[in-house]
Amino acid sequence: MTTKNPEAVLPAHGIEAPRSGRIDPKYLRSGSGSGSFEMAAWLFMRISGLALIVLIFVHLWTNLMMGDGIHQIDFGFVAGKWANPVWQFWDLVMLWLAMLHGTNGMRTIIDDYAEKDRTRVALKGILFVASAVIITLGTLVIFTFEPCLMDSSGELLDSVPAFCHDVVG
Amino acid sequence: MTQTKTGGTLYRGREGMWSWVVHRISGVGIFFFLLVHVLDTSLVRVSPEAYDAVIGAYKNPIMIVGEIGLVGGIVFHAFNGLRIILVDFWKQGTRYHRQLLWGVVGLWVITMAAFTVRHLMLFFQGA
Ligand code: HEM
Repeated sequence: MTTKNPEAVLPAHGIEAPRSGRIDPKYLRSGSGSGSFEMAAWLFMRISGLALIVLIFVHLWTNLMMGDGIHQIDFGFVAGKWANPVWQFWDLVMLWLAMLHGTNGMRTIIDDYAEKDRTRVALKGILFVASAVIITLGTLVIFTFEPCLMDSSGELLDSVPAFCHDVVG
Repeated sequence: MTQTKTGGTLYRGREGMWSWVVHRISGVGIFFFLLVHVLDTSLVRVSPEAYDAVIGAYKNPIMIVGEIGLVGGIVFHAFNGLRIILVDFWKQGTRYHRQLLWGVVGLWVITMAAFTVRHLMLFFQGA
């Protein structure tokens, strides 16, 4: 190409920015209600992912790598951990973030593969109900847990952690 | 490139596609495990005996192998998730996504070697 006219290569007033007012708003992806939700969900997957690395790796470390590992895990071990509010808070945040992250990930996968509207709505309904049940149950378990269980005569059970004997006597 | 067969239209991506497939499968696997794990932990509200009986199943040799698989899935998903975040937010991320994946695989092998040795040692000590 040996043109002498520069306007044939670049318009004198520059190139109009893409999607600058030439497109009917109804075809634009921004500003359609769900746009900001999807953006928030996308960002949430990344932020919760970063937090979950710390939460889950420490969880696996204290429960499986320290002490006697898998063999130490029993009722007394859980009771000992949840006697400490830091571990209660740790497990609560881990439960909520992992469930919300996992549920949102599953929602994406359902949207990808379930093509029929009814299948998609049904699968997502099951997913959301299951998630709500598990989050509620897990939260209640952390906060209503009673480590120092007694039998009917008021004696501490054998399975309780050692500190119960100091507290209850 | 040197692909001569033209049957089918299946997308054959390279590292990028396979890391996506494994990320997706590990995510689904972890999610279903988490549902079960909250349920088994909830047994502390039923009775110490119920909890200890069900958690005892995790100490069986077949489950020990399963736990190594589960932790393998979590560790891959975690490290590859970090790689996805770097590709999205780090300026050079898209240029180095393939090298980042080999970093993920390398870190995964090291972490899993250490975890597997420790988990098996603890298992045989207590068994
Ligand atoms: C350990 C820390 C974790 C990190 C760093 C992480 C990171 C990520 C990232 C960056 C994504 C991609 C999101 C997107 O494409 O928009 C993702 C997807 C996903 N994650 Fe995680 N995640 C972690 C833990 C978990 C846990 C505990 C679960 C299950 C409860 C889970 C289940 C999923 C699922 C189901 C997906 C969707 C996969 C897909 O769309 O292909 N992740 N994760």
